[in-house]
This record gives sequence, C-alpha cells and structure tokens, in this order.
Amino acid sequence: MTEQKHIVIIGNGIAGITAARHIRKRSNHRITVISAETEHFFSRTALMYIYMGHMKFEHTKPYEDWFWEKNRIELKRAVVSKVEPSSNSIIFHSGETMQYDELILATGSASNKFNWPGQDLKGVQGLYSFQDLESMEASTKGIQRAVVVGGGLIGIEMVEMLLSRQIPVTFLVREDSFWNTMLPKEESEMINRHIRSHHVDLRLKTDLKEILSDENGKARAVVTGDGEEIPCQFVGLTVGVHPNISFLKDSGIETDKGILVNKKLQTNFTNIYALGDCAQVQNPMENRKPIEAVWYTGKMMGETVAATICGNPTDYNPGIWFNSAKFFDIEYQTYGYVSAQLKEGEESLFWEAEDGLRSLRIVFDSNSKAVLGFNAFGIRLRHKVCDEWLKNRTSVQEVISNLKRANFDPEFFKKFEREVNFSS
Amino acid sequence: MSKEGFSISLASPHAPGMDGFQKGGIALFALAFLFTLIGLFGPAAQDPALFFYIGFIGSIVGLSIYTVRTYLKRPAGVQNNHIFTSSITNRGLWGWALGIFLTGFYVVLYWGSDEMWNSSPLVLLFNPISQGLFNHPPDRWFLYSFIYTVSILIMGVRAILKYRHSNYQIVRTCSIMFFQLGFAFLIPQFLKAMSQPEYYFSYFWPLDYDLLFPSNVDGMLSNGTIGMWMLINSAILTFIATPILTYFFGKRWYCSWVCGCGGLANTAGDPFRQLSDKSMKAWKIERWMIYSILLFITVLTILLWVNSYLKGGMFGGISHSLTKVYAFLIGQAFAGVVGVGFYPLLGTRVWCRFGCPMAAYLGLLQKYFSRFRITTNGGQCISCGNCSTYCEMGIDVQSYAQRGENIVRASCVGCGICSTVCPRGVLNLENGSTHTDRENNNPITFGNDGVGLNLD
Repeated sequence: MTEQKHIVIIGNGIAGITAARHIRKRSNHRITVISAETEHFFSRTALMYIYMGHMKFEHTKPYEDWFWEKNRIELKRAVVSKVEPSSNSIIFHSGETMQYDELILATGSASNKFNWPGQDLKGVQGLYSFQDLESMEASTKGIQRAVVVGGGLIGIEMVEMLLSRQIPVTFLVREDSFWNTMLPKEESEMINRHIRSHHVDLRLKTDLKEILSDENGKARAVVTGDGEEIPCQFVGLTVGVHPNISFLKDSGIETDKGILVNKKLQTNFTNIYALGDCAQVQNPMENRKPIEAVWYTGKMMGETVAATICGNPTDYNPGIWFNSAKFFDIEYQTYGYVSAQLKEGEESLFWEAEDGLRSLRIVFDSNSKAVLGFNAFGIRLRHKVCDEWLKNRTSVQEVISNLKRANFDPEFFKKFEREVNFSS
Repeated sequence: MSKEGFSISLASPHAPGMDGFQKGGIALFALAFLFTLIGLFGPAAQDPALFFYIGFIGSIVGLSIYTVRTYLKRPAGVQNNHIFTSSITNRGLWGWALGIFLTGFYVVLYWGSDEMWNSSPLVLLFNPISQGLFNHPPDRWFLYSFIYTVSILIMGVRAILKYRHSNYQIVRTCSIMFFQLGFAFLIPQFLKAMSQPEYYFSYFWPLDYDLLFPSNVDGMLSNGTIGMWMLINSAILTFIATPILTYFFGKRWYCSWVCGCGGLANTAGDPFRQLSDKSMKAWKIERWMIYSILLFITVLTILLWVNSYLKGGMFGGISHSLTKVYAFLIGQAFAGVVGVGFYPLLGTRVWCRFGCPMAAYLGLLQKYFSRFRITTNGGQCISCGNCSTYCEMGIDVQSYAQRGENIVRASCVGCGICSTVCPRGVLNLENGSTHTDRENNNPITFGNDGVGLNLD
C-alpha cells in the first residue's frame, strides 16, 4: 500500500462511480464523490422507466444506500463552480473549498440546443439528468400533444415515455430515415415501421424552425421547416448531447469539445483525469471516436483510471466496440464496426425475418473475408463469442456456419440461425 | 414522482381507451358478478346451476374478453407501464384493501367452522361441478381448490398474453396450467370420487410435509396396492427424481413448471411480483428462515418415525405437539394465509422464498450441484434495475449482471422474467454441460482489454 491520498471525483454517474469502486478495491485512499444531481448514484439509462412506471427511483440505484459508508466512499451533494489546479483545490458554489491529491472529472453531458427561437420556453427540454425527468413529469401533466425533435436514441425513448401516458406524439426527424447516421438503410427502415406501428406521428425529413409561446411563456406549438404549425404543450429537444464542462473555463485545463485527455486519461495536469461523456481522447484508437458518450466506455474508463491512480499506470484500451439499445419492443445489439454506409473494401450480409421485427447483419472485409461487425435487431447475440470472432478476424463463412454458438436467445425461441438466408 | 393512479386493473393499468369489446367484457363481468352476489344471499342454495353458469362462469367469460382485448391492442413486448404508479400494484389504497381481503378470506377458510361453510350458498354454488363431475357434495376445500385452479387458468391466459413475446414464458405458463388442472385438481378429485386416497402427484415431501409421517404412511398402506404405489412414487420423487432433475435443469423444473404454489404466484400473483424485497437484509432473513424450517420438518419427520418404531414410548407427547405447531404455523398460517394473502403487500413468493422446505431442499441442490445458471452476456449490462425489480424471489440480479457475473443462487426459481424484461438482452437461463463452469468472477467489464486483474 502506498501512502493515503485524497481522490476527489466530480460526478456520480457510471464513470465516476466505477472509478471510486475500483480505487476502493485496489487501495485505501480517501475517496470523495461530488454530485449536484442526486445524493446517490442511479442508472441514467433507466430514467425512462421511472416515468413509465416500470420502476421507482430507488429501483434504479444499483447499490443500497448503506453501500457507500461501508466502502468508505464519501458522498457530497454540491455544485462545483471552479477548479484551481494551481492550488489543487475545487471551489463550490457556496464558496466552500476542498483540497485534492488527485482529481477525476466525470461530469457527463448536457443536452444540445441549436439556438431555435423559443427553445427556452416552459415545457421545452432535453432528457439527460434527473432534474430533466422531474421537469418532464411536471410539464406533461394533462397535455394534448407533445413534439419530440431529433431522431436518435434519447428521442425515441422520450417518444415511448410519452406514449406510455397516452399522450399523442409527433416525432420530427431531420434525416430521411430514423437514426440513419448510424444505422444502415434496412435497419433504419425497420425502426421507422416499428415506430409507426406504435401510432406515432413520425415526420421524416422534417426539422424544427421555431417554438411558439402562449401568453404565459409556455410552449403552445412548433413550426417545422416547411412552415407547418403543430400545436403542442411539450417539446422534447433530443438532438444530441455535448460534454458538460462549462465550469472549467479559465481553469487552465485544456478542452476542445470535451476535456482533452491522453491514453492514461490524464488532462494537461498529471493529477487531473477526465472520464466518461465529458472526456475527449486525443489520438483515439483505430475505429474509435474521440468522445464516446456511452455507458460501457464510461465504465471501462473508470476501471482504467483506478488502476493508474493505484500505482499501476494503464492505457485506456477499450477493445472491440459494442453497444446496445431498445427501440420500443425491438432490442438492438451491435458488436464491432457496422457503419451506416459500407466503407471501401467492406461487404455485408443481411437477413430480415418475415415479421419485420428481427434482423441480422454481418459486415466483413471483401478481400480477407474477415468479419468486422454485427448488427442484431430483435435477437440476442452472445457477447463473448462475437468478441472472439472479431478479435481473431474469423472468416465470414466460419461465422455463418457457427452462428448457433452466438445465439443468446432464451430457450424455446425460434432459432434464428436456422432461419437466416442472407442477401448481400 | 407522480401521483398515484387509482386504477384497479391488473391487466394493463390505464389502458388507452376502451373499445366496444372491452366495454362489453366489463359490462358482462359486472352484471354476472352482481347476479352471483344476489345468488349468495340465498337463491344459489336452491338453484346452484343457474347461478353457477350464468353468474360465476359469466363473470369469468366477461373478464377474459376484457383481458384478451386489452393485451392484444398493443404490440407484443414488455408491458410494465404504470406498475409503480397504480394503486393496486404498488401497495396503494387498493393494494392494501386487496391484501386485507385476501388474508381475511384465508383466515376464514382455514379456521372457520364447518357449520358455517357447509351451509353457505358460496359453497353450494359449486354443486354443479362437484356433484356433476365428481359425485360428492362440495365443501370448503373443494371450493378453494376450484377457485385456485380457475385463478391459475384465467390469470395464466393473462400471463401468456402479457409475455407473448417470450416463448419461454408461454411454454412455462402452459405447463403450470396443465399441472394445476390435471395433477392438483382433476386427478385428486377423481381419486376421491372413486373412494381412493386424495393424492396429489405434484406435491411431495417436504412441501407436503405430512406425506411421509408414520400416521399417513399407515393410512396409505391400509389402502392396498394403490396406496403402496403412491407411497413409493412419493419417495422416488423426493429422493431420486428431485436431485436428478435439479442437477440437469435447476429447481425451476419444479418451482416454475410444476408446483401449484409457484403456479399461482406466476399467474394470479404476476401483477405483484415487483413487490418482493431486494435488500441484503431480506436475503439474510430469508436464509435463516427457510433453512430453519427445512431442518424443523426433517427433524420432526425423523422424530415421528423413531417414536413410531418405539411405539410412542419416547417422544410421543413432544412430536405430537410439534406436529400441531408446524401444521398451524407453517402449513396454514404461513403457506396459506401469509403466502397468498400478502401477495399485494410483500410480493408473490413470500412462502417460496422464506418458508417452503421443498424450495430450501431444491435450492441447496441448485447452489451446489446443478448445471443451471443465469448467464450474463459479457459487458452489456446497463444497470437499469428492471431484472432486480421484477425478480419475485428478491434476488438483486442486477448486482451480478453489472459485474458480468453469472447468477448462481439457491433461491432462484428460474421463472425467467429477469431475462424477459431485460431491455438489452443481457440475461439468459441456461443448463450448461457441467456444474463447475458456472461461476465467472471477473470484476472488470468484459471487452475492456487494457485493465488486468493484478490488484496490488
């Protein structure tokens, strides 16, 4: 054991909390986690389920409330207004200060807004924080219609949330198909159909021009790019997120879109690290983006930084990309690299079930036939098997003849490996 | 968060709009139910068939029309909207009322007097079935058994509709319904009709705790070959079939596919499964309680045999009063009154989790010698909490899943709901090829290639 340091973590999301847990596993350092949002860590991905009544807030807390004290992780509920690297201290909104030996910034994201007229009216909001959920709860009581702007993951979740309360929704998607910046044409169209089957008024190729106000400063309608006016009392702005780092202005910590970090997740100050949504990796590995605002990378960054801080300097090396989502009733899993448009030298095989609710895409290298990525909709693939295939650059023929190994569907389900007949 | 809704619907609370089918179904239910109530003021005793068919059966048909229509209106998928904003499924006013009502019913059922029950129009209402099919007059136990079976069948249909996106749930629910109807209702009733011992093929020791008591064994043997055959069957089921089946499939083969207690929990109780306590504290209490009861009934059974062998010379008084205590406290108060009565308050498997000695025995086998496990899919868990919330056994499934660990727990009854409600396809019930490869303890997220396990 090295000498005891004080590790301060700003942000109690999955990245900050994973770092705290793993530092505790590996050391006796004093750990303080600061959050302005909630007293305890909760699963941000489950916010929608609270609104829909699947769970209460306490069900979304992955650890019981006694966990923190038992593991000597100090929690502080406060707003941080400044960081002063020169004096190794942070300054709270209240004027109080705190000293650190090592500082971890894990402050997450904030919702994008693109200077639309009326974007700051009452009843207009994004969905990221617990406070967003509370205001959505308040703003959607007894309304006649809602409009959600932005065809991505949070947008479709918000639509599902509103529908669970029988609020009719108009869903404005700027692109000509849902999330087609990420999804290939067939998958994107499958989700368009599925959204419509849930009686959503889906408007593709439609953007937002402005939001109109009533006499009390509340949203009363949106105007689309085509000049159509859609009456509504709630507007969800789900057009992406950006790192939540405005409080670091003038701190001397280098930032671009996010907080710039090296392979060790260190900022330009060796004892200050950044993780999760707010971190921007300089020179990311091949196929990876500088900012990856997803649950899993936040978790991995937390594990990595804990090793480094506890005397085992470790590069961030997230391995083969994977991600998942759920669009209404269709589960989505992806492993490896499947882009919306095939890249040079790539080919893909695609199968869609007759019910239009399940599909599988395998992307592979035209020359070597090595498999590069999987997209699964409505079927479950086994992570370990896909990871192994992608790491070993297994040939697509071998993958197809061994699909059964990757089937993670429950017992008695229709075996997709028997159904698939691929078309290129 | 939001204000509690006052829905009493167990189908899909606040279902969007009511169409003609739903309104018709509810109207039929309301009228038929009213007719039944009128019958219970006396007329049902004179003309049971009229009130049974038009009233009781009519209510069931009406309710079924409503339920089927309500579920089919929405595409197949997880349907847990409003569970925690509805009064009845979230220990609100209606939840409490229903809990008290059910508990009260059980108290009267177990401890009410024979005079009261046997002359009541409620019992006589079931004369058409009891006399018509089995040739004996109905008593309170017939009424109970019949209502129990009907509940499993109707709410089984509801469960199938609710979980129709999962073939595992469909097949499993059909199995529960089949075993309840055949093995726990029709066969015992027909045996009784043929003046044979009323024997339940789907319940055996230690759940059917007095089955292997000397007095019962003597009683069975006095029935000649058939009694002998039933006894051998029970012993084989308890001591041979159970370990073998549990080795291959986990305890789910019994708890979630055969057993009537589990059957009622997974059908009639399904709307309340989320109320089980997930805390570490509850887990500690559970382990103390359930294994104590297993020990108690095992020791008691052995005592009774020793006693019978010694012709009552040794523990006569003690074993007799211990039997009485067990029958009252565990057999009736816990398994019956609390076990079902508290569904809307403590969740569905209170008995299975804290009391059932069969579950304890199966659980030990499952934990230490079974191929069954719930597999966690690599690093895909997002810690959302749906699995833990909907686990009726109060297992904090998520705590394993988020560490990428497989779940091997004595209490898991393998109902599969965690896998069904998981929004990311992270959990899967599997019977592996061995029992030794189940535990995978790696605290680093799967796929994170940079971090080693060499904790210094």
